[in-house]
Amino acid sequence: MTVVPRWPALLLLAAVAIGLALVPVFGETYAIKVATRMIVFAIFAMSLDLLLGYTGLVSFGHAAFFGLAAYTLQIYSPEYEAVNIALALPVVIGVTAFVGALIGALVVRTSGIYFIMVTLAFAQMMFYFFHDSQIAGGSDGAYIWVKPVLAVGETILIDFEDRATLLWFALGLMLAVYGLLIMLLRSPFGQVIQGIKVNEHRMRALGYDTYRYKLVSYVISAAVASLAGFVYACIDGYISPELLGWKESGIGLAMVILGGMGTLFGPIVGAVAFIGVEELARERELVGFLADHFQIIMGCFVIAVVLMLRNGLAGSLGGAPRAKPDPVETEVPGGEKP
Amino acid sequence: MDLTLLLIQLLNGVQYGLLLFLIASGLTIVFGIMGVINLAHGSFYMVGAYLAWSLTAWTGSIFWALLLGVPLAAMLGLLVERLFIVHLYNRDHLQQVLLTFGLILIFNEMQSIIWGDDPHSVPKPDFLQFSIPLTEVQSYPAYNLFLAAVCLVLAGVMYWVVQKTRLGMRIRAGSSNPEMIQALGINTKVLFATVFSIGTTMAALAGLLAAPERSVYPGIGEQVLIISFVVVVIGGIGSIKGAFVGAMMIGLMDSLGATILRAFDDVELMSGLSVDNLTSVTVYALMAAILLWRPAGLYGRAH
Repeated sequence: MTVVPRWPALLLLAAVAIGLALVPVFGETYAIKVATRMIVFAIFAMSLDLLLGYTGLVSFGHAAFFGLAAYTLQIYSPEYEAVNIALALPVVIGVTAFVGALIGALVVRTSGIYFIMVTLAFAQMMFYFFHDSQIAGGSDGAYIWVKPVLAVGETILIDFEDRATLLWFALGLMLAVYGLLIMLLRSPFGQVIQGIKVNEHRMRALGYDTYRYKLVSYVISAAVASLAGFVYACIDGYISPELLGWKESGIGLAMVILGGMGTLFGPIVGAVAFIGVEELARERELVGFLADHFQIIMGCFVIAVVLMLRNGLAGSLGGAPRAKPDPVETEVPGGEKP
Repeated sequence: MDLTLLLIQLLNGVQYGLLLFLIASGLTIVFGIMGVINLAHGSFYMVGAYLAWSLTAWTGSIFWALLLGVPLAAMLGLLVERLFIVHLYNRDHLQQVLLTFGLILIFNEMQSIIWGDDPHSVPKPDFLQFSIPLTEVQSYPAYNLFLAAVCLVLAGVMYWVVQKTRLGMRIRAGSSNPEMIQALGINTKVLFATVFSIGTTMAALAGLLAAPERSVYPGIGEQVLIISFVVVVIGGIGSIKGAFVGAMMIGLMDSLGATILRAFDDVELMSGLSVDNLTSVTVYALMAAILLWRPAGLYGRAH
């Protein structure tokens, strides 16, 4: 089981990355914002794919880490001056990974449908924590008034106030995450978690402490999701409890399935396509009065994806080989295919 | 805290618990027999509540609304099963979660298109308008007692159906071994459609019944859905007994826990976070504690 993306996948990925990178050159503010959101959700969907597609854990509460990262950045930022990215990014990743380890230690004990429901419940718990208390504005949300900068001494190298800079930074982050996750999946650790996905009992029989492997995978996934939350909070500088809500988690799942689970580059394609469709569904000239109710279009879209695109958009393009071999083919060696 | 207040909160907790049981039992049966996670379960509660509002406005009484609303909800459940859920048998949980997530988005927007986004209140029936005085200052609304009584009767009826009737026998057999009952010649297609329709109708019925006590507003479906998930997880997925115990625990935790925490509302844990802000968090903490002790819930089998 090697995780090597095939050529069509890499070509498509390159095309998507170049396309997104060129948006600030040709597009206006709104287009840059949409493109940045696409990148943010691509990172988020990849973090989810590590759990769904490679560890076999269906998390329905992953937005909790996305939102927590955004909140951590808001709380950590001083009110009237810019926070330094070199300090803020490690803090955001650290806090999210720590909370991920706490929650993960509990949820990884369960499996299957319990895992789905328990991750949802923990995400709701965090949602209500921020919604009911007055930390960072409660249900009203809060603003990051001055966007983060990367500064060495007095010289400012990167300023997120500039939308194009933020987009390019996010794009770099996305490609780095993609590369690092591929390396992770090719490492012995990655081989073990993929083994757990296919048959956990067998991995345990081989002597692997599967609980710890799943927990580490969960924490890594939370940390990657925190990168997405970090960038998201910088787009408009506005955060609200809805970022942790179960709808965001559901949208993440939809993007992974749309792009193709267990392919890693599929979720990137899925995120770009999903947000593209969402933008079209909000276009009044295109859909008429439904633009006010665009979620109805997204609902139909999600259902259509589940019913028609079982392997996702990437399935036909040949991304990384799917972890699960066809049981019929492996059990009947030399047998004729039907 | 005096004793009457505690009694009122106890009654509230039991009543909320019974209502939750009505909703959660449908969710747990559908999973136990059909192996389908139905996220859109809460949407049927929402449909029930909105039907209560518009049918009461039309007919003038919540009882007519119940009489008309229940068959409508049953038909809607059947329609959804035939159109969408039927594709989900033998699919993995992820696809079930996603498809029913899509259904929620559609249901919510339909609600917004048909009924609008304003909150509404539903009038209680005249003869249940009064309150039962407990002391000179405190009293308990009669409708809440009526609601608790109806839920209790429905729970009894459900116990009877599941334990004593042929349909109940099939439901119990189906939840322990679906392949076997199919092999024994029972039409699972009809059974599944029936069970799904009954389950969703119970959620809608809960919405109809609760509408006069709680108001009707967008988003109630999700609130109910997630709390019923907690109930089902605590009780053990697929177990009706577990759903009852879980619903009671959550009901009591919600009302008593809130009362106790509110007594400490001047205690600040940190700036912006006082103890009574944690009311909504307590039920999830209870669930976490129970799962630490029993990862498959109180009465659940590992699926």
